[in-house]
Amino acid sequence: MTAQRPAAARRPAIGDLAAGDVVGTRTVEVDRARLVRYAGASGDFNPIHWNDTFAAGVGLPGVIAHGMFTMGAAVALVEEWAGDPGAVVDYQTRFTRPVPVPDAGVATLEVTGTVGAIDADAGTVRVDLTVTFEGARVLGKTQAVVRL
Amino acid sequence: MAINADFAGREYPATAPYSVGREKLREFAAAVGSTHPVHHDLVAARGAGHGDLVAPPTFAVVVAQRAEAQLIEDPEAGIDFTRVVHADERFTHHRPIVAGDELVTVLHVDRIVERAGLAMVTTRCEIFAAATDDAGEPARTPVSTVVSTLAVRGEDA
Repeated sequence: MTAQRPAAARRPAIGDLAAGDVVGTRTVEVDRARLVRYAGASGDFNPIHWNDTFAAGVGLPGVIAHGMFTMGAAVALVEEWAGDPGAVVDYQTRFTRPVPVPDAGVATLEVTGTVGAIDADAGTVRVDLTVTFEGARVLGKTQAVVRL
Repeated sequence: MAINADFAGREYPATAPYSVGREKLREFAAAVGSTHPVHHDLVAARGAGHGDLVAPPTFAVVVAQRAEAQLIEDPEAGIDFTRVVHADERFTHHRPIVAGDELVTVLHVDRIVERAGLAMVTTRCEIFAAATDDAGEPARTPVSTVVSTLAVRGEDA
């Protein structure tokens, strides 16, 4: 995984931000080993994330990534930008499209974060994330609220 | 077996405490590619004003899914897990989860809506820090709220 950090790990100033600003981009390469690792770390051992036969048996094209993995990998971009992961006070998504992960090779996700809204009174910024696989969005309404 | 809509509105007793460990936070952070030092380095976490290593924003799913299992694994609820897809997820953090936390969870079944051969089951986990107040009585401080919706396909969908 690679992340392009905006400068160092210091906190963005809310007054310097405007809706539409791009806060960063991130490329996430997902292979089967990554899914096994996430399964172990999260405790989500649903076989659709590691067993092709099982996945096909329930009507999937094959093994798919955990939606929660994709959600968790995407927000790392916001953590880096915010300078403190503890500043992420709210984070939501909808899982709109599965991410098939091949037996060999990788599925490549592209993540972009944009300032969606600024609440100067509350001292919070909403960062909207787009996450795409092969050009199509895999998450919908992905919003992280950061307290700055 | 159909979804049992009678479960809507149900509230479960608080779970046994989940003990948040440093190595678990490091393992989870590494699994999702969260390289920020406050997940991994105690000096960095304390330097940033946290009491201990800080959980990544989605770590609360580990705690929540243990509580959700009370519903999902209950045969009376009629949820066939092979027909389930995750529809949405939301975390609201009242304060960051840190290593050393003892967390208890109260599961609420907020909604069960059936339409077009699909049942949407929305649960809410209220996660609290288990603690003892000054008078020695059990006290609970709100830590995180996790709302999750599962979509369950019907038999012929």
